[in-house]
Amino acid sequence: MTEQRRKERLDRGIKVRTDGLYALMSWRELSYLTLPRLVLILGIIMLPLILPSLYWQRVVSIVCIYALLALSFDFLAHYVGLVSLGGAFFIGVGGYIAAILNTSFGLHPLLTVPIATVCGAVICTVLLLPCLPLRGVYFAIVTLMYPLLLARVIEALDILGGTDGIMGIESFPSQRVEEYLVIALVLLFLFGVRRLVNLDIGLVFRAVKDNDQAVRASGMNVTYYKALGVFIASGLGCLGGACLVHIYMWSGISLFALDFSILPIAATVIGGGGTLVGPVLGCFILVPVSELLRAFGTLRIVFYALILMAFVVFRSEGLMVYGTRKYQQFERWVKV
Amino acid sequence: MSAEPILEIREVTKTFGGILALNRLSFNVYQGDVLGIIGPNGSGKTTIVNCITGFVKPSSGRIFFRGKEISGKPPHKIADMGVARTFQIMRPYYSLPAYKNLVIPLFSPRSKRTGGWRGGGKLGDRNTVSIDILEEIGFERDSYVPYKMASSLPTGYLKRLELARCLALKPDVILCDEVFSGLSMSEIASMVPLIERLQMEGITLVMIEHRLRELFRVANRVVVMNFGEKLTEGTSEEVMADPRVKEAYFGSEEISEVMTYA
Amino acid sequence: MDIFIYGIFNSISLALMALGFALVYGISRVPNFAHGALYVVTGFLTWGFLRTLHLNYFLSILLAMLITGIVGALIYQLILVRVRGMAISEIIASYAMGLAIIEGFRWWGFKGMTYTLPVFVEGSVTIAGIPIDWQRILVVAVGGAVVGFLWLFTHYTKVGLALRGMAQDERASLMLGIDSDRMAVVAMSFGAMLAGLAAIMLLPLGNIVVEKGYDVLILAIAVCIVGGLGSWMGAVVASFLIGFAQIFTVVYLGAHFQMVVALLAIIITLILRPSGLFGRQKELEERV
Repeated sequence: MTEQRRKERLDRGIKVRTDGLYALMSWRELSYLTLPRLVLILGIIMLPLILPSLYWQRVVSIVCIYALLALSFDFLAHYVGLVSLGGAFFIGVGGYIAAILNTSFGLHPLLTVPIATVCGAVICTVLLLPCLPLRGVYFAIVTLMYPLLLARVIEALDILGGTDGIMGIESFPSQRVEEYLVIALVLLFLFGVRRLVNLDIGLVFRAVKDNDQAVRASGMNVTYYKALGVFIASGLGCLGGACLVHIYMWSGISLFALDFSILPIAATVIGGGGTLVGPVLGCFILVPVSELLRAFGTLRIVFYALILMAFVVFRSEGLMVYGTRKYQQFERWVKV
Repeated sequence: MSAEPILEIREVTKTFGGILALNRLSFNVYQGDVLGIIGPNGSGKTTIVNCITGFVKPSSGRIFFRGKEISGKPPHKIADMGVARTFQIMRPYYSLPAYKNLVIPLFSPRSKRTGGWRGGGKLGDRNTVSIDILEEIGFERDSYVPYKMASSLPTGYLKRLELARCLALKPDVILCDEVFSGLSMSEIASMVPLIERLQMEGITLVMIEHRLRELFRVANRVVVMNFGEKLTEGTSEEVMADPRVKEAYFGSEEISEVMTYA
Repeated sequence: MDIFIYGIFNSISLALMALGFALVYGISRVPNFAHGALYVVTGFLTWGFLRTLHLNYFLSILLAMLITGIVGALIYQLILVRVRGMAISEIIASYAMGLAIIEGFRWWGFKGMTYTLPVFVEGSVTIAGIPIDWQRILVVAVGGAVVGFLWLFTHYTKVGLALRGMAQDERASLMLGIDSDRMAVVAMSFGAMLAGLAAIMLLPLGNIVVEKGYDVLILAIAVCIVGGLGSWMGAVVASFLIGFAQIFTVVYLGAHFQMVVALLAIIITLILRPSGLFGRQKELEERV
């Protein structure tokens, strides 16, 4: 009798056994789950150590800031159902508050960052409150306009440093502290938000995105939960902004630049919306590319915009979703 | 059955642009009732449910729940007071598994206050209690059914899931919008004991239905609507004997002779 | 008195800017976030034809508007038609397109303040003691003419009536044989040409700068939200409201508050009456 062969999934049997508590059954199942996550964490942590120059190490810090923004966008868009077209709004608010706290009140960076995060989140949520009871279109419109308008207002009124910005902001104790702080923050919030969306309150957010009428019929105030979601997302953005001004030691209207609004969205669509880790990885791809394109001026924005448009129009699933699918589909030939 | 109505609908009128959906509709619902609302398509049945539960504001008229006015209040406040509803076009949370669908109403302020159905409103209990509720509702516990994604469940289960979502709130009144539609005879047969059990728990039910035979098995009073107005009300026998009801559904005498329900 | 006159001028300018957006949204329910970009495109095209190719001014204008109309139609046909119906995707796609165009112009070298278009008629006239440029009077005249023309067009011509039908109820129009995609393309080109018209009327009074693209988009959206998304009458009324509000703030508070007025107008509208002044859609009420 001739030998028969068939294709078999590499993870045949393993994937099913990794659901829930059963994952602790054996090392094989454990590693199936933890290996990708370990690779991610170790990879990101090692990055500043293996990169050659100070310039590229700073790029890693900037990547992490964008990653926070991308996390915020993905959470808001795919887990709460609100599309924010103006991440720069959060960065700017957080950044300016941290700058003021540092220069006018003399607070240390390790204090300004948390305070700016919370205060910034409160301010952003309050400013976005009017469009929360309405259809999602209005949220998109208003978030798109706030950064454009705030930049103009600061420039026109010449407050908060005007076009020159606020200078002389303290930086973190050292380069290493700076890098590892933001890396730690990204990892913390990445795993934190992933945990959050599986908690009961995370389920409520997802329900609001899925079907807000049913949530209302269950006796819950949808606007309150949307506001909570916006608070969390804007907190992430303000955190990024606060760290950013301490990295650059300067805060100006460029915090409201389109980069901060568009790049997280592009990173999300490339990395895979809804996966939370995809957008972070997307930033690791896009930010270095944009640094390389910096020589070409605003062409990089054209570049992001075109990518964004292509993904939105062709509804691609993104790298992470594609990758997860493939990870679960590696096959090998086995004898039957 | 107490003397005070639990739900009072008083002269409710609703216009959508040029369309008069409800025209000075008035009726009462008493505690412990199973009230059926019937009428041909377009008679305004779903609109009155929307008005009662706050999804649509009446153009005029008032609605009272336990003596307190609820007309014009937002839907989540009305649900919080104890008036739950199902949706005619089913709306489970498709992206979540079936039992997680129940975690959301168990998370609501009302569940936290009242303890929720079977105590599910308590912190930490929600996932386990939701499986219990689903079992009570008719999902087979030992099978995978409660864990399936809501998007992959057949209609019969989804209808029950809708009811379960209402139950989780420990409501006083459930407004069922066509729960029997789309179900086979055996599925309806298995839902009838469930409804009787709900009635025994003290929940008042208002059921909009087209499946009259099944409805009359459970309903103790029926309101007939036509063109947004109340045509008549009474027990199921009284209502079916009324020639106007037959005319509303079937048109003129000749046709109704042929197609009458027994 | 000068407040009145400048108010009228400002309002008509806003109306010109906003009508294109209102038209496209009213007819095809597509928010065209590339509106500002189309404004800028016409401006630069006209400049290019006039200064570089040395064509006749009116020929440049005609060509530029035509090309802008074609660009608008292409944006719809190539991109927006694929995301039709998904509101957020439409916004992202059209915004990305507009962004690519505006920033593309900026990268191409159109920076700085040196690009101007000549006015149609030189000189000014004094009305009630205030000198007013002929150009501004022309703007008011053209604005009024546009509103009148649109009214006549949508009430008395076949295409116009088809557009109105689509605006009222797309499905019913489909059943009557009106091709909604084709009408949407027509609406987009009209909208784009209106943006272009606004550009050529208003740009001679200043410079052509890429930032104007964003400003025009913001103002158009503000006017449409205040007036009610989908209502042309609302857009006109709202332009007067915001136009006069802006002039008042310029006179009493300072020139740089103009955009703040637009933002405040949006926020106040969303808080008090989200469907706008004449909005036909009840934003909060949904048929269950």
